[in-house]
Parts: sequence; structure tokens; C-alpha cells
Amino acid sequence: METPLTQHISSSRPPLNLRDYEQVGGYQALRKVLKSMNPSEVTKTVQESDLKGRGGAGFNTGMKWSFVPMNDGETTKYLIANADEMEPGTFKDRLLLEGNPHQLIEGMIISAFAIQANISYIFLRWAYKKAARLVRHAMDEAYAAGYLGRNILNSGYNLEMYLHTGVGRYICGEETALLNALEGKRATPRTKPPFPQVSGLFGKPTIVNNVETLCNIPHIVNNGADWFKALSPGSDAGTKLYGVSGRVNNPGLWELPMGTTMRELIEERAGGMKEGYQFRGALPGGASTDFLVEQHFDIKMDYKSVAAAGSRLGTGTMIVLDDRTCPVGFVHNLEHFFAQESCGWCTPCREGLPWTEKILLSLEKGQGRPEDLKLLAIHTQFLGPGNTFCALAPGAMEPLQSALKYFREDFERHINEKKCPWVNNHGTH
Amino acid sequence: MLTAEEITEIDHEIALVPLRRAACIEALKIVQQHRGWISDESLRAIADYMQMSPEELDSVATFYNLVFRKPVGRNIILLCDSITCYVMGYDKLYEHLRGKLQISFGETTADGRFTLLPNACLGTCDHAPALMVNNELYRNVTRDDLDGILDGYK
Repeated sequence: METPLTQHISSSRPPLNLRDYEQVGGYQALRKVLKSMNPSEVTKTVQESDLKGRGGAGFNTGMKWSFVPMNDGETTKYLIANADEMEPGTFKDRLLLEGNPHQLIEGMIISAFAIQANISYIFLRWAYKKAARLVRHAMDEAYAAGYLGRNILNSGYNLEMYLHTGVGRYICGEETALLNALEGKRATPRTKPPFPQVSGLFGKPTIVNNVETLCNIPHIVNNGADWFKALSPGSDAGTKLYGVSGRVNNPGLWELPMGTTMRELIEERAGGMKEGYQFRGALPGGASTDFLVEQHFDIKMDYKSVAAAGSRLGTGTMIVLDDRTCPVGFVHNLEHFFAQESCGWCTPCREGLPWTEKILLSLEKGQGRPEDLKLLAIHTQFLGPGNTFCALAPGAMEPLQSALKYFREDFERHINEKKCPWVNNHGTH
Repeated sequence: MLTAEEITEIDHEIALVPLRRAACIEALKIVQQHRGWISDESLRAIADYMQMSPEELDSVATFYNLVFRKPVGRNIILLCDSITCYVMGYDKLYEHLRGKLQISFGETTADGRFTLLPNACLGTCDHAPALMVNNELYRNVTRDDLDGILDGYK
């Protein structure tokens, strides 16, 4: 089984330096591109590979690039790596950033070349201090070796790269909010259209791609679109970094073919539930995805199959809910996060999320009323798709609406028993 | 007033962006690095230098979780309170910290040694629960580890 993204990552040593990275074939894809491909050929190859955005949206990466205006005399364009990983329960980009920063840098240079961008940014989460140090060092090495800067490898192509560390807001991961943050503004999302591909950072054409997405690029260039598609037996191409966290025996992260089943992830990779804990459900791809339950164990974890089961692949990092954790408390924790991280721009999100959080807290305190469940259900609609400015609030409603569906009895018990049935098992409220 | 050192560092950031005010978050970070937090006086000085109104800059400063508009202690404890750490029992760590330091989230110890803040997911969920002290990440933290961790910060 091939693991292109993680084959050179080892937790027992520091990441490959430039020379070691070159020795395992690093920067060969960039050389190939600069020597023998034009930008549209690169975009076409990536489009044909069917690589989809690994940040959660799942849009065809090459197609996204193809919307950038080419040959129109525009001299300033931007390529941005979204390394603002902050979706609760998600820890995959950290591995790529700390484990093999040159892979990301090479992917970025090739991607920037494809859209003919001359300026690139890594928008890195402030908390990733180790990643910042390692990425900065790798960037210095790449500059010194002529992979960055002016006239890269004598090709006439120029690219500057900057590392920007954020100051902490979940919404910065939304690509247009990220652009506002880079411009020194409040990170509120922007209206689309215009899409960033046409009018992005400082009004210039801009592509924002997730770290995992960009790390795939050198491998697609080296091995071709068909190779990438063949990595996965399912309907989506490539490998995926899958993670499992919670009360399992072996929480972790694994690069596996896209479409690996939830059963394999939980039972084999994560080693099943810890002794004394039963599986009740899982958010398959971060905090803003609908619960899946045991009946979904054999579903392939790819974009289409997870959507057909009523959820989203999201980031592919799963959070497990066990039987000793209160489902209402679990969802309350999520809604507290979303209410706190709402940028406050649109009313349903700014007002609706704190109300949702308060209702859930009142249930946890044993003050719930029978009509509260209806009220929560109304919120899942009012804050749902089409009613808000961006995807934050609809994402926040996904775990809530599915919890109301799969764990309804647990919600009702809080109201009928006038207390949280888990209160003695799980800490304070 | 900004110091000469702060101005040099801010000028470096201004040179990298096409609009002066685009460097304002960097300017806030730089001044906070030197002074620990952003007082009203610091905010006015930065705004003046960035050619923004203080209100405009404050709207940016107060938006971001890690721009401190109140004084903080010498060391900052960021305890992850997001979902996996919730499942894995971060509340037990919080309980211990509250008892030991006699402060709740958002507060600073009387001796100015620690500020305790809740923090969104630290992205290390396979090693939950997790916390950071200043720039250092601690994973798989148990209640028994906490005293030893805090001893390292004076």
C-alpha cells in the first residue's frame, strides 16, 4: 500500500532536511514542471487526478485553479497554504507541517507556478510553534538552494514565500476570512462572488488550498493522474490522512486509501474502544460534521459515501463519543466552541449559537423543558444552509441535528429526570 | 510611544505588504511580545503609527483571541477545552489548576506568575488532554503531571 504523503515522515527523528529530501526524490517534481510543463498542463494534470480539497469542502483542486484568469496581463497573484488547522478534533496538517515541511513547500511552488502566482503565504496557526520553526528553517533552505526567490532553477519563474502566523480565530480557516486576516482586518468572511480565484488578497487573483491538498501535488506531478486515482479503490482519488480520537485504545493518524471504512479505522487502526467503554457514535470529520453511528461502520469514508449517509467527510479526523460521556454535554461543548468562534457578522450565527449553547446548558443542569427539543430543532433549520453568511453556523448545526436524531432518548432523559444522567460519571458542568 | 526597537520590527513588516495597515496585526503582535499585553496607550501609539484610528485598530485587536487587551501574568496557561479534551476529561485538569492557583479561566494569580485561559482545540487530539504554557505544548497530561509542569515556570 502506497503512502506518498507520509512515507518520509517518522516520529523518531526530525523532518528531512533539504539534502535528504532531495535524495528521496524531493524537488524532482518541481524540476519536471519548470523544465517540461506549462502552467495549464500542470492544472490539467491535477484536475484529471481528481484531487479534492482536503480542508473539508472537497472541491476539485485543479478545477479551482482553472478559474484563475491567465494571460490577462495581471502581474500579481497569490497562492496561500491554509495551515490554520483549528477544527476541533483535527490534527492532520500538524503532522505534515512538522513531519515534512519541504513536501509542502514543493507543492506550493508547483501550485503557484500553475496559476503563475509570484507571492505565496503559509497561513499558520499560532499554536503550531514547532511547525513554525521547522517550516521557517525549510523555507530558508529552499531559498538558499534557489527553489524560492528570483529565477527559480534558471527558469525565469519568480516566487516569494512568507510565513504568517495568526492570532487565533477559528473563522480564519474560512478562505475569505483568512484573506481579511492577512490584510490586517477582522477575519469576517467575504461575499462570494467575486471568488478569491478572481479577486482575493488585496483584490488580486488568489488560490487558497489546504496543507494536505498541496502536499499531494508533487506526487501527482511525478506519478501522473492515473496513478493518483488508482491509489484508492473507491470513487474518490488518492490517499487520505484519517484520524481517530476519544476513548479508543490507540488514538492516532494514518494515511490510507481514500474510502477506507469506519470499521477499519475504529476497530483495526484505533484498536477498538478502551475497556469499559462502548461506542455510541462519531463525528467523522471534525466538530462540524453530523454523527455517524454503528450502523454506518461499513460505509466507505469518501466524499460521496459519507454524504449519502447524511454526514460529511470533512477533515477525515474522527471524534468518538463513548457511552460514559453525555451526548448532550458533548454537543454543548461543541456549540460553546462555535458560539465563541462566530465572527458576529450575520445575525443567525451571532445570536442563534449562544441561544443553542444556553438551551443545551439548561438541559445539562436539569432545567430543560419538553419544548426545548423543538426549539433546538428550529435552530438547526434557522442556522442551516442558506440562512447564514458562511458555513460556520450550518456546520455547527450538523452535530446537533444528528444528535437529536440518534440520541433523542438521552435528551429526553435530561428533561424527564431533571438532571444529567451522566453527571456522576463525567466531571463538572 | 513606540520604542525604536518596536518601530524597526514594525517597519520590517510594513515593507512586506502593499498597504501599511495590512501590517497592523503584526504590529500588535510585536508590541505584545515586548510589553506582554496591549494597553490603551500602546493601542493608540500603534494606531497612530499605522495611520489608523484607535477604534479601527481596537476592532481588530479585540477580534483575535490572543491579542491581550488586559494585563496578563508572566506565564500563560492555555488549557484546551475542545471536544476531544472534553471527552478525555480536561475538566479534571481545570479543577486541579483552579484549586492550586486559586484562579478561574480569564484570571491571573495575585503574584502575577500565571494567567489561566481556555483555548480552542490545540490540534493534538490523539494525545488529549493537552495544554500549552507559553510556547510549550504538553500532551497526555494527567492531574499528577500538572505540579511538575508549573514548577518549570517562575
